[in-house]
Amino acid sequence: MRDKLTYVLLAAGALFFFFNLHGIFDVLPDEAAQGAIYRIMYLHIPAGITCLTGFFIGMIFSIGYLTTGKLAFDAASASINEVALVFAFMNVVTGSIWARIIWGIWWTWDPRLTAMFVCLLIYVGYLLLRQAIDEPTRRGRLSAAFSIFGTVDVVVVWKSIEWFRTQHPGPVLDVRTGGGHIDPAMQSMIFRDLFAFLLIAAALVLIRMKQEENAREIDALRRLAHA
Amino acid sequence: MDTRNLTFMFYGFLAAWAIILIYVGTLVRRGSKLKRELEDVKRLLSAKESTPPRL
Repeated sequence: MRDKLTYVLLAAGALFFFFNLHGIFDVLPDEAAQGAIYRIMYLHIPAGITCLTGFFIGMIFSIGYLTTGKLAFDAASASINEVALVFAFMNVVTGSIWARIIWGIWWTWDPRLTAMFVCLLIYVGYLLLRQAIDEPTRRGRLSAAFSIFGTVDVVVVWKSIEWFRTQHPGPVLDVRTGGGHIDPAMQSMIFRDLFAFLLIAAALVLIRMKQEENAREIDALRRLAHA
Repeated sequence: MDTRNLTFMFYGFLAAWAIILIYVGTLVRRGSKLKRELEDVKRLLSAKESTPPRL
């Protein structure tokens, strides 16, 4: 049942995204000042929202693990954080390509970019920490604490474009600005892509969680074999 | 469509999907490694069960 759901989510997400490509390239007009390159925002913004949402949900499962001690919560948190990290990389890489054309540079130590860089370091560190600890409960406790600590930076990333008005563009979506900063058709496409990314992310999380379960089963059988 | 920055726009879309596909590739590799390990451990267990205990 879960395998079927995984394939359905993955296929639906990919199909939805490819369907959106028609709107991105054929229907929506160029942005007046930026030309064609602005279309990267249809990847950059949804990838950013997907990764920040993922890190936040990962933190909720980490709290769940710390309060209940159930390893399933730890597995869910690890899976979600890992998939969110993939979307974080997508967000940074696409942003960097956009910046090369619009700002003339690949990278700058702007507060938003710096906070996102720290976010990447924290969650890469989270995955390395998990690799380094064999004992499941100790690994679960430490990585849960790390995930909760990492969410502080997620909030900084989210709010930095309001707190510090520097090089990175400010908020454009109506939910943050109250409206008037972006064409409704462009905003609608961002949300449609976000939906596609969330479907793909959910499918990847299910695959990753299945692997965590298999790893736990192998661990338990090994203990039995060596008992 | 404005064609000035089309190449870099293409790089952006390519990079985004390359990142997803590379991750899917690592998931597939990790999955098959886990499957192999599970079969090995099951084989080890059944071999242990079929061996008579030493007196």
